[in-house]
Amino acid sequence: MAVTMQVDIVSAEGEIFSGKVEMLFAQAADGEVGVMPHHTQFLSQLKPGTVRVVSGDEEQHFYVNSGIIEIQPSVVTVLADTAVRAADLDEAEAEAAKQRAEEAMANAKSDTDIARAQVELAEAVAQIQTISKLRDRLHKTGLA
Amino acid sequence: MAGGSKEIRAKIGSVTNTKKITKAMEMVAASKMRRAQARMEATKPYVEKVKRVIEHVSGAHPEYKHPYTQTRETVKRVALVVISSDRGLCGGLNSNLFRKALPQLKAWKEQGVEVELALVGNKAKTFFRSYGGNVVAAVSDLGDTPHIEDLVGTIKVVLDKFDAGEIDEVHLASNEFVNTMAQNPNIQQLVPLQSVESDSETYWDYLYEPDAKTALDLLMRRYVESTVFGAVVENAACEQGARMMAMKNATDNAGEMINELKLSYNKARQAAITAELSEIVAGSSAV
Repeated sequence: MAVTMQVDIVSAEGEIFSGKVEMLFAQAADGEVGVMPHHTQFLSQLKPGTVRVVSGDEEQHFYVNSGIIEIQPSVVTVLADTAVRAADLDEAEAEAAKQRAEEAMANAKSDTDIARAQVELAEAVAQIQTISKLRDRLHKTGLA
Repeated sequence: MAGGSKEIRAKIGSVTNTKKITKAMEMVAASKMRRAQARMEATKPYVEKVKRVIEHVSGAHPEYKHPYTQTRETVKRVALVVISSDRGLCGGLNSNLFRKALPQLKAWKEQGVEVELALVGNKAKTFFRSYGGNVVAAVSDLGDTPHIEDLVGTIKVVLDKFDAGEIDEVHLASNEFVNTMAQNPNIQQLVPLQSVESDSETYWDYLYEPDAKTALDLLMRRYVESTVFGAVVENAACEQGARMMAMKNATDNAGEMINELKLSYNKARQAAITAELSEIVAGSSAV
C-alpha cells in the first residue's frame, strides 16, 4: 500500500473531491507543483488550470478557475473559486454595491408607496372585520 | 335577515379562497426549503475547510501578521452586515433579526462608536430606510439560489474600508437555521477573526507563493466571503422554513374562521326560518 494523503477540493457551492491520493499536481502562483505525502507546509494562490490527483492507476482531473491551495504534510486543501474572479471585476461589483446603497436610501419612493398601501389595506381589512362583528352582534341581539 | 346570511356566505367564499392560497404557499415553501437546505449543506465543506486552513495558519509562526488577525486597540467605527430576506410573508424572521440588532446598534451609539451598514435583501433596506443609518453597500433580489458573485461587491466595500483603517471591526447579523420550525437571530464578529491564538510549540512557517502577504490576503478575503455567503444561503433556508410555518398557521386560522362563519350562517338561516314559521302560525291563528 502506497503512502497516501488526504485531499479535499471544495468550492463555495459544494464539495468537488475528497479522498486519499498518492500524488497531486496543481498550478501554483509560480508554476506547477507536484505534491506527495509529507510535503512541507505550503500556501499559494492557484492559477486557472487543472488539478490532477493520482491514486494507483487512477488519475482524476478537476478544472479550477482560481483559488487557494494549502499543503500540510498529511492533508491538502484546495479552495476553488466558483466564479471568474479578477481585481477589476471585483472593483466594478463594489461600485455597484455602493450605488445600490445610495439608491436604497435616496430614491425609495416606489417601495415606501407600496409599504404605505399595504398598511392602509391592513387597516381597511381590520375595519371591515370590526364592522362585520358589530353587525353580527346587532343581528344576534335583535333576534334574542 | 336574508341579506345578513348572504353577506356571511360571501365572506365564507373569500376566506376559503385565502385558505387555498396560503395552503399553496405553504406547500411551495416546503419544497423550496428542501432545496435550500441541500444548498446550505453543500456550502458547509468550503467554510469548514477555510476555517481549517486558517487554524493551521494561526498555528504557524508567519513572518507576516495579517491585519485581519490583529485586534485593534481602539474601536471608533464598526460595520454591520445585515442579512435579510427579499420577500415578506415569512413570519417574524426579519423583524426578530432587526430586534436583535437594534440593542447592539444602541450600545455602539452609547459607546460613541459609529456604525456603517451593509445590507443584503430588500427587507433590511426597507427597515433601515425608515430607521435610519449609514448604509455603505447594499444588494438585494438574490432569488432562491444566491451566488457568491452577487455578494462580492458588498463584501469588498466593507473589507476595503477595514483595510484603509476607516472601520475597526466587522460584524455579521443573520439568522441561524436551527430546524425547519426554529430560526435563531445571531450577531457575530467577522473581522478581526476571533479565537485564533497560536499555541503550537513547534516553529514552522509556510512556503508562500507568490508571497506571504498576497497568499494570506486572498485566504482571509475568501474566508470572509464564504462566511457571508454561507450566512446568506442559511438565511434562504430559514426564510422558507419561516414562511412554511407562517402559512401553515394562516391556513389553520382560515379553517377556524370558516367554521365560525358557517356556524353564524346556519344560526342566521335557522332564525329566519323560525321567524317565518312564527309569522305563519300567528297569521293562521288570527284567521
